[in-house]
Amino acid sequence: MDLTALARRREVVLLVLIALLLAAVGARAPVFLTPASLGDVLTDTAILLMLACGQMAVILTRGIDLSVASNMAFTGMCTALLSKYHPELPIAVTLALAPLIGFCLGAVNGALIAWVKIPPIVVTLGTLSAYRGMIFILSGGASVVTHEFSRPYLDFPRQSLFGVSALLWIALVVCAGMAVFLNFSRTGRSLYAVGGNPLAARYVGIGIERCQFLVYCLSGAIAGLCGYLWVSRYAIAFTEVAFGYELTVIAACVIGGVSVAGGIGSVSGCLLGGLFLGIIGNALPVIQVSPFWQMAISGFVILCAVIVNSRSEARKGKLILRETEPPVPAPLQVRPETPS
Amino acid sequence: MEILALSGVSKSFPGVKALDDVRLSLRAGEVMALVGENGAGKSTLVKILTGIEKPDAGEILIDGAPVDFGSPFDAWRAGITAIHQETVMFDDLTVAENIHMGHHPTLGRGPFRRFVDWRAMRAHTSAVLARLEVNISPDTVLRELTVAQKHIVGIAKALSHDSRIVIMDEPTAALSQHEIGELYKIVAQLKAAGKAVLFISHKFDELFAIADRWTVLRDGRFIGAGTIGDVTRDELVTMMVGRRLDQVFPKVTVPIGETVLEVEDLSHPTEFDGISFKLGRGEILGFYGLVGAGRSEAMQALFGITRPSRGRVRIAGREITVRNPSDAIRAGIAYVPEDRQIQGAILPMSITENITLPMVDRVNGGPVLRPKRERALARRFGERLAVKATHWDQPVANLSGGNQQKVLIAKWLATDPAVIILDEPTKGIDVGSKAAVHEFMGELVKSGLAVILVSSELPEILGMSDNIIVMHEGRIRRRFRRAEATAEAVVTAATGGA
Repeated sequence: MDLTALARRREVVLLVLIALLLAAVGARAPVFLTPASLGDVLTDTAILLMLACGQMAVILTRGIDLSVASNMAFTGMCTALLSKYHPELPIAVTLALAPLIGFCLGAVNGALIAWVKIPPIVVTLGTLSAYRGMIFILSGGASVVTHEFSRPYLDFPRQSLFGVSALLWIALVVCAGMAVFLNFSRTGRSLYAVGGNPLAARYVGIGIERCQFLVYCLSGAIAGLCGYLWVSRYAIAFTEVAFGYELTVIAACVIGGVSVAGGIGSVSGCLLGGLFLGIIGNALPVIQVSPFWQMAISGFVILCAVIVNSRSEARKGKLILRETEPPVPAPLQVRPETPS
Repeated sequence: MEILALSGVSKSFPGVKALDDVRLSLRAGEVMALVGENGAGKSTLVKILTGIEKPDAGEILIDGAPVDFGSPFDAWRAGITAIHQETVMFDDLTVAENIHMGHHPTLGRGPFRRFVDWRAMRAHTSAVLARLEVNISPDTVLRELTVAQKHIVGIAKALSHDSRIVIMDEPTAALSQHEIGELYKIVAQLKAAGKAVLFISHKFDELFAIADRWTVLRDGRFIGAGTIGDVTRDELVTMMVGRRLDQVFPKVTVPIGETVLEVEDLSHPTEFDGISFKLGRGEILGFYGLVGAGRSEAMQALFGITRPSRGRVRIAGREITVRNPSDAIRAGIAYVPEDRQIQGAILPMSITENITLPMVDRVNGGPVLRPKRERALARRFGERLAVKATHWDQPVANLSGGNQQKVLIAKWLATDPAVIILDEPTKGIDVGSKAAVHEFMGELVKSGLAVILVSSELPEILGMSDNIIVMHEGRIRRRFRRAEATAEAVVTAATGGA
């Protein structure tokens, strides 16, 4: 691949952007660039990365899952209460149960969207509130706080293997699994088809409903797993856990080049988008920039990303006159997962 | 050897009999030309063959065995591939994936046997493309290809799945001359490979160049079939149009007054060239041509939707510059577009809002809306056109197609134009509404308006126009006065003949 083609890849652009960001922050506060500090940033971002992967699969099919944060908070509360009242349960049960609960919540979304044919934004806006409300019903509005959790519940994500925390290992497995699924399974490739051109997808025999159902289940299962990890990490479960976090997740996807019109997106882009937001979130306090700037900056970056994505949509005419040659394809058009 | 045989196929849509007892047969290694006017039923036939529509009656036999397509996928599995005018593919995926979508090859063994085998997919794609002798990389994203190249990918897809029947629906409509040559070569290869090709085209030159046999449809009926060597172009034209004019058009002839619109050498870099005409008060000027002849494109440039590269437009002798539609509206041009759902009516809005839309500022005379005046205006024009609605605040979405069309015309009449362009005003509406629209055109010219009628329906053009301009491939091919226009001459000009 030559240099210009390389420069056109969304991932490369993001990487350069992240490097610049790190350099700028490092110039002001060299402590930020120490391995320990960077490790903290990664650990801090791990949950966002997983959620973004799940969200991407949904957006690929022209959908959106606004209920991830609520799902996460509800599942988190479930596991917290379980840990409080049954501290004897092995951690493996929690690890299995969390994705399962999340899966079920996601399946409700998926069924309503795929078969009842309600638009995704409406369904997940509804379940966003519903799942949040269910936390209150479940907990009676009370929080579960540090000393009420069982030891293993809190310790597991902090265990380290080869110097890397279990939380990061889990994120790594989830994201790698997602990448393999999207790139190397027929179903994964079908998601690109469903979002890119639903009509054509039906022509080649892809079950659109099945794909839609599947992605909400996936996103739900990941959200469930993250629910446990989140509650364990912050050692507190309450009704407002991760309130509004779905927007950060969607932002990570959009920055990472996932097209909200469906059919375009890659795990690597998503990860870089998430990392970018994670670094901004962690770096700005270090260099004493107000956290409100964080929102402004991510908002600005999202707008830039969307503008860049829409640039290649210039309309071509029909070319009726015979002697006119088709226009040379615009040089800025690029590979599917990486709009310039 | 006969691969596909259709007999007695009929299909009705509400208000229209699209196909009536149609038959068709395709043989291996042959190109069958399917010929017919716009609206003759070709598209419906393709939809039935590709499983998109189900026939009401009739039989489809493949290799002599009856088949029943429940979905497009069934038809595709039976070996039928259609290459559509607007290709149904995935713009954001690579050529290799487009060809294999839904049937990705997998590794087949080892622990990852169910994983997609990208290498095999690329290799297979390269092999198929090489067989077609084209230079397209399997890794290219479809969006970057030209229309012709996309067609070729469609053909490669057909080949790679051993489709035995390839349907090409006006494949050359959007191709340049050089690309057409490439396509012909590939059609020849398909023939050599024993495929049956159903080739739909309006261009007689190409039919005579590549087809072996022909079938003519007219008004949804089978008219005839035979070998291409035994037929002449004139005979085909006669079969295509040779109908009695079963519709009586309420043509109102008023003496044509002074010139209101004069267009001189209107041109566009890629869509049309050298369009010049004059239009007088009380005149209906018909624009006829095949789909994609550049008529709508020229009208859109006239109305300021696209920018022409050169040309002059005069209204009542005064030269005007049209940079956008509101310039055109101010100058006295109104345009009722072809696709009323997409370009015309705003469906969730009420009849009143739709009618007053182009002149919200004029009706209200200020930033504050004056609902009473708006409604009065809407009622005046709505009633003049006899829009059938329960009340004027009803959403346009709830009206029938014909009534939607009337609302659109009312909307433009309310702008008090000197020239009104009607682009396919009766496409897809029922017979009763059609007659109402035709009658209304008479009223328009009686009231001193000049009308441009763009239509692909030959009887409508012949029945309603005072003068006819026939376009072909972006240029004016011939002009006719009403008296000298015959169906045969007009169609011949539209298909590129003398």
